[in-house]
Amino acid sequence: MLVVEKNALSEEIEGYVNKYGKDRSSLMPVLQAIQRKHSYINDFAQQEVARLLDIHPVEVFSVISFYSFLHSKPTGRNIVRLCRTISCDMANKSKIVQAIERELGIKFGETTKDNRITLEFTNCIGMCDQGPAMIVNDRVYTKLDPEKAVNILNEIK
Amino acid sequence: MKEKLRAPKSQQPLVVEKPALEDGIGSKVTVEINEKKVQVLFGQTILDACKENQIHVPTLCHHPDLCIAGNCRICVVEVEGMRTLQTACSFPITAPIKIKTSSPMVRKARRHIIDLLLSEHYGECYSCVRNNNCELQTLAKEYGVDSYTFGHVQEPVYEMDLSSYSVVRDMNKCVNCRRCVRTCIDLQEVGVLEAIDRGDKTHIGTFLEKPLADVICINCGQCINRCPTGALRANDPSDVIWNAIDDPTKHVVIQTAPSPRAAIGEVFGLEPGKSFTGELNTALRRIGFDVVFDTNFTADLTIIEEGTELILRLYKALVKKEQTALPQFTSCSPGWVKYLEHFYPEYIDNLSSAKSPQQMFGALIKTFYAQKKGIDPKDIVSVALMPCAAKKFECNRPEMMDSGYKDVDFGLTTRELGQMIQEAGIYLPEMPKSNFDDPFGEASGAGLIFGATGGVMEAALRTVFELVTGNKIEDVFANADITPVRGFEGIKYAEIPITEVGPVPKILQHLVPDWNWLKGATLKIAVAHGTANAKKIMDDIKAGGKFSECHFIEFMACPGGCIGGGGQPIPTNEEIRKMRAKAIYDEDNSLPVRKSHENRHVAEIYDIFLTDGPCGKISHKLLHTHYIKRGKYIA
Repeated sequence: MLVVEKNALSEEIEGYVNKYGKDRSSLMPVLQAIQRKHSYINDFAQQEVARLLDIHPVEVFSVISFYSFLHSKPTGRNIVRLCRTISCDMANKSKIVQAIERELGIKFGETTKDNRITLEFTNCIGMCDQGPAMIVNDRVYTKLDPEKAVNILNEIK
Repeated sequence: MKEKLRAPKSQQPLVVEKPALEDGIGSKVTVEINEKKVQVLFGQTILDACKENQIHVPTLCHHPDLCIAGNCRICVVEVEGMRTLQTACSFPITAPIKIKTSSPMVRKARRHIIDLLLSEHYGECYSCVRNNNCELQTLAKEYGVDSYTFGHVQEPVYEMDLSSYSVVRDMNKCVNCRRCVRTCIDLQEVGVLEAIDRGDKTHIGTFLEKPLADVICINCGQCINRCPTGALRANDPSDVIWNAIDDPTKHVVIQTAPSPRAAIGEVFGLEPGKSFTGELNTALRRIGFDVVFDTNFTADLTIIEEGTELILRLYKALVKKEQTALPQFTSCSPGWVKYLEHFYPEYIDNLSSAKSPQQMFGALIKTFYAQKKGIDPKDIVSVALMPCAAKKFECNRPEMMDSGYKDVDFGLTTRELGQMIQEAGIYLPEMPKSNFDDPFGEASGAGLIFGATGGVMEAALRTVFELVTGNKIEDVFANADITPVRGFEGIKYAEIPITEVGPVPKILQHLVPDWNWLKGATLKIAVAHGTANAKKIMDDIKAGGKFSECHFIEFMACPGGCIGGGGQPIPTNEEIRKMRAKAIYDEDNSLPVRKSHENRHVAEIYDIFLTDGPCGKISHKLLHTHYIKRGKYIA
């Protein structure tokens, strides 16, 4: 990272810390804010958060690794999360998986080459009665079939 | 003042305030443990209540030095009226409950827990460094595990982390008890290890899963001492040392520090609290070490060098009115040195430039001793028996080559030497006693007490006080026991007024003309052990508080000082540390010479080798070092 980039990032994180409070318990909102803006939390940002909240970098990393909605490695611009839990699985989730993977040419857990989409599984998102379900960024799509899922993905920029 | 807990309220364990009076109204609760009525203190945990009543409850993640975690579940007991089993270590007694520590349900649950732990624990006991000293192994034996109900790992899952000079991590043996996490974060405030990932993927890892050598580890080895299994161990050089011993062209020299001598009996199953100095000397010679030296000799030298440095700094600040880095920090603990280099690099000038006793000895062995004996320094293999994991790192620092060779070749811990002695077929406690070898044969009690927290300060005070005032320290502190700096309080503070001054002793005459500038001054000193306490002092200094006015501060990275070091026998807890300290103070009391400046060998070495005196050119070359501003950012 360039020094200028580092300074800008530090300043940004300082802003979040001022907003959410300089306390251990504001770790989550601060991380979420960084995640929203940058789509991942890089190692410098993690250490800056640790410094500003007076905790250890490894604690920040531990929290990031605990939550699947927080990332410490770069992801695509859009994150597609398909529910893998029982109800969706029984509602033919595997068909959707096949269709999506074939369409994008990548497996789940990977990112497309143009950095457009990252595919991920997620645990239950509470749409058990309307499965199979997936989340694209913040939006939930339910009652998917392979065709519908592929159409949704193709509409993402 | 109540200390601020780091964790938010919601994450803190349920702790009930203890009653003010032990026999006041409502301070006792009558509970029934295994159908026996006993009175216990209100708020006491079930585990403590059981311990007091001689009822054994197994534990794994619980450690007396650390906060309660309650995550291994091995200590579960049945509490009448509760639907589920409760963890004894984290359940405070507040009502007259009925507890069963050994019911069919409890036994079955515990057995299942052990089986589950074993199902993820890779490794064979006989090739493990912790064989016969492993808490998981003990539990398996206690609960009669004769088969792997839930299977057993056949292949290693994680690669071993051999990157660090001091600590080896083998996560295949880890049982996720998080003792190392609590040690590193709460006890030492270093923060190397944390639980990474979630659920069945949870494992203990470093920042960005980097190897240990690339993260900010101070090598104190406290995590090794807390680990219940062999997942964390010290980097063992004993095979290479055996090779050197067996090589007739090599002259193998060992120096022994006082703390291992006070603790090595524990390796042989003895009660802590007795030093085996004489016995160890014989055992080391029988193993095949050519000469055995006493690190206390260079501890005495350290006192002279560091004391002189302090006097010079004070002289510069008080008389010449120049900008000087005060307070001066001790530099004997390599863990503390690295901690300061990482977390407070701006205070590096405050660190005494004197090397630690181990490194001073290393430099002297390969120069003074080699010349005297006519041995080529390249044929000398210099081993240091230390209670410390960080000493392994220290002897590998690139700047520690002042003799032209690697000053100390290997740092050996108490545990590893205990193992070597056993391998040689020697039962240490039955050895005849023998003395250290010349030319560094005798050391003073001042060097000895370096092992306990406050020891360096006490040793320095004994010398500085006498050199400055010309009076005997016994006139101020009975029996030369400087009690204000002794004991296991996290931070100790003392003030020593200098009411009169004497003539300047000969070895310092070329540095200061007289002591009049010190007359009426008050020497302010502080002592801290454990880097968490060091952090408190450093933050206070940064804020310009009370400790910034100190003149001399002793820091030790490990709780209790060297006697609680990361290379000491396992287990280590407060009681054991107290016993070890007692062993050291007892030995100090039994010695005829108890002050560094009265050690005749020290005087001799300034006469014939370090001819330009303390902090002179030769001693600066060999006995002093410099430090690196490391900072705390991990690239």
